[in-house]
Amino acid sequence: MIELNKDNFEEEVLKAEGTVLVDFWSPSCEPCKALMPFVHSLEEKYGDKIKFTSLDITKARRVAIGQKVLGLPVIAIYQNGERIDSVVGDEATEKSVEELIKKYC
Amino acid sequence: MLYDVVIIGAGPAGLSAGLYAARARLNTLIIEKDAVGGQIVTTEEVANYPGSIENATGPSLVARMVEQAEGFGAKRTSDTIKSVDFSGKIKLLKGEKADYEAKTVIIATGATPKKIGCPGEKELTGRGVSYCATCDAAFFEDLEVFVVGGGDSAVEEAMYLTKFARKVTIIHRRDSLRAAKSIQEKAFANEKLHFMWDTVITELRGDELLESMVVKNLKTGEEKEIFADENDGTFGVFVFIGYDPATQLFEGIINMDKGYILTDDKMATNIPGVFAAGDNRVKPLRQVVTATSDGAIAATQAEKYIEENIFE
Repeated sequence: MIELNKDNFEEEVLKAEGTVLVDFWSPSCEPCKALMPFVHSLEEKYGDKIKFTSLDITKARRVAIGQKVLGLPVIAIYQNGERIDSVVGDEATEKSVEELIKKYC
Repeated sequence: MLYDVVIIGAGPAGLSAGLYAARARLNTLIIEKDAVGGQIVTTEEVANYPGSIENATGPSLVARMVEQAEGFGAKRTSDTIKSVDFSGKIKLLKGEKADYEAKTVIIATGATPKKIGCPGEKELTGRGVSYCATCDAAFFEDLEVFVVGGGDSAVEEAMYLTKFARKVTIIHRRDSLRAAKSIQEKAFANEKLHFMWDTVITELRGDELLESMVVKNLKTGEEKEIFADENDGTFGVFVFIGYDPATQLFEGIINMDKGYILTDDKMATNIPGVFAAGDNRVKPLRQVVTATSDGAIAATQAEKYIEENIFE
């Protein structure tokens, strides 16, 4: 899992080739933290096809808002620098996240 | 494996039931589909749970409950129950990952936040519309925020949001708050907090982020559109208007009233060996303290039921 910040977001996500997953989270978001270990386990399973990254929004609030993220949790899929799909809020469950990933593998 | 007790839900009710059941040496399994802890984990301050440490938070309370339940030997697993068969003496639960058999079941599935139900709400969730202040408050630093609701949760979360937002306005359908008097006093003394009475939101609008909303005054019938400040480009709407019980799975099986499970004062449902605890049942007060109380009663009644019945 690559940790993103306001300096490397463009390089790792927007300018990256292929498919990138971004796990938007914050230390005070309990649902995000509950989901995190499962996302890590998915990286072991699908990490060869998709690049897994995470962004702590408290360190890069403007970057997140720039990506139209204004609520957590958000698991988003980027291709060629564009956000093409995501699961948001209480729809972000273990099941929906794995289904999202499978679509782009 | 045949469990003595399977508990569905790991909020305060389920964890308390797990603690009591495991301490009674019952073979106990707690099943949770999402994050452990239930609704209380999104609460920043829990000031009214008797005996809790000073400055207790939802997560800190829950973490201790998990420690206690597991300390006495309760097992936990992550799974979503898809269907149940309570027709036989042994209760069957079908999950996404596995099936479970139990002598007794405690339903502690809790409740989920109610939605406004207006156009645009679903599309703009996570894009300005939120149901969790602790999750999303940080986004709204120096922005404007509206909070919908007039109960304890709405007012307390609104005050929490004033630590981040430039201005917080409570939108309430009535002309006075329903929150506890002590909470109201604090709210009215908070300079960042404003009020819009007799008002409901009828539509939320925005392309990729929340940009405007239509509100209606219930007394005058007047409707108006409120736009985001031009420099901000967006604003937040936090919704705290109560809860819907998470009991759909048991419809037609367990007796309910408006979706809330009916129990007697021993937490027993209409099916012998099946108990309910916490926010999903008919009761006058839905708080952590009453949820843990329900869990304790349900677990001790489950123990009694197992003693009195023969299982093959």
